Amino acid sequence: MTRARRWLGGHAVMIFALFVLLYMFTPIFVVALMSFNDPASRLGYDFDGFTIDNWTHVCDPYQLCSSVTTSLKIGLLATGLATLLGTLMAFAMVRHHFRGRSTANLLIFLPMASPEIVLGASLLALFVNANFAGQLGFWTIFIAHVMFCLSFVVITVKARLVGLDPSLEQAAADLYANEWQTFIRITLPLVVPGIVSAALLSFSLSFDDFIITNLNAGQTVTFPMYVWGAAQRGIPMQVNVIGTIMFLLALSLVLGSGALRRVRGRTA
Amino acid sequence: MTALGHLPTPANTVAPERDEGHRRGPAGYLLMIPGTVWLALFFVLPTVTLAASSLYDPSGSLLNGYQMTWHWQNYTEALREYAPIFLRSFLYAFAATVVCLLLGFPLAYAIAFKAGRWKNLMLVAVIAPFFTSFLVRTLSWKFLLSDNGFIVQTLSSLPAVPDDLRLLATPFAVITGLAYNFLPFMVLPLYASLEKMDPRLLEAAGDLYASPVNGFLRVTLPLAMPGVVAGTLLTFIPAAGDFINDELLGNPRTRMIGNTIQQLFLQAGDVATASALSVTMMVVIVLMVLVYVRKAGTEDLV
Repeated sequence: MTRARRWLGGHAVMIFALFVLLYMFTPIFVVALMSFNDPASRLGYDFDGFTIDNWTHVCDPYQLCSSVTTSLKIGLLATGLATLLGTLMAFAMVRHHFRGRSTANLLIFLPMASPEIVLGASLLALFVNANFAGQLGFWTIFIAHVMFCLSFVVITVKARLVGLDPSLEQAAADLYANEWQTFIRITLPLVVPGIVSAALLSFSLSFDDFIITNLNAGQTVTFPMYVWGAAQRGIPMQVNVIGTIMFLLALSLVLGSGALRRVRGRTA
Repeated sequence: MTALGHLPTPANTVAPERDEGHRRGPAGYLLMIPGTVWLALFFVLPTVTLAASSLYDPSGSLLNGYQMTWHWQNYTEALREYAPIFLRSFLYAFAATVVCLLLGFPLAYAIAFKAGRWKNLMLVAVIAPFFTSFLVRTLSWKFLLSDNGFIVQTLSSLPAVPDDLRLLATPFAVITGLAYNFLPFMVLPLYASLEKMDPRLLEAAGDLYASPVNGFLRVTLPLAMPGVVAGTLLTFIPAAGDFINDELLGNPRTRMIGNTIQQLFLQAGDVATASALSVTMMVVIVLMVLVYVRKAGTEDLV
């Protein structure tokens, strides 16, 4: 009895932590479960029967797959530009001298600290005032996504750059590499993991954004906006199929890159 | 996935940039210009426009255009009408932040000190909710809290609980959803600051006859403070502006301010009031952050 109690005392934090993880994981199980749901009515959200129809007929609900395509396109384009602009800024901030550093820091920090609703409302106010309200759509969403992804790219790449061991670059210089060679053969390969995680982060932020997108989308429908609209009419279970696919892709990406790093670490 | 960037890497623990390594010349400016221009055009300029729009003549519309009339009454009218919704938003966000802190601290503590070789796996588990869509994972709470669902059925079979217990479409559901969605933003900064702590400090406290509780309060907690501050802000700010949880899990009486702002913009076309509400929200949050950071006494937020 006392032994059991002592064991419980020693592991209480871990047991509690596992319950919290259960709280975080349960909704993901539900998403996977609901992707096999055969709903009896469009109004409730209960598991009524098992079917694989949702998986074989993913694109049946009107606009569902086209909204996913739109989100993918915006995600890729916004990630590309945000990663480029953000990486340049990160290099400038870590490696170069320029005036106005603290202003630049503030400019990068503020978008991350603002509630999304305010960011979205500001952009919409700008577009309305510029008489651009009629042209809201794909490109205004793109503009918004680049804006809010940029700061996250800067801090992610900056963290990687700051952590680089300067002696590697000094060694390259000692071995008569010029500045450009050092950059291409030493610095860039070392920073690439930071750039890749910044790009993945931007893509997931962009793909998942609803609040800012909704305000600046006009008639364009992204995947989160599709789900929002469907929630008022009755949700097709296929959105859970998309959710499950996203989860599996992201999980394999993260576990895969972890495994890759471990293999590399062993050979190096 | 959203929090990959916050994942503490060894890089984050290195001291801030050294000044001697900075190269002079125009290159720094050239690298900064494109991103700065983008942020100036699509973050600074919009914020200024929003502030200006909040003072427009409220009778303007998309068709007739908007006129700047320094109409400060937009604020008094917006506040008179929407103050309860404002209060509710901050209240829900506060409740969700408290829940996140209570759940997140033990989790972060367990990952930092008890997980051993399971550490990385647990960290992946913490960010796993981000791997699927925000809206889709919020919808699954509709299933979990549904009247016919497992939780409600189990609870109402207990003798002390009324049989007609409802969880869905209540403030409880909204706060549960908010806490669930923003919990990783609490856990990751907490973990980052706990992980840096030297466990020998706790042993030292024990050697000096501090009780475990005292050791926690006087050693662990002060050292975790930067994480607590960052975590609560990263949870509170997005939760206060969120309206996905209240729309999907709440009822018309649990509406939060974000929903009001987007409806005024998109459905009512009332740019002036919507802007006034957005500016108020921003100002309140900035003030709260400043007071809070000063009280908590930490300055390294990023």
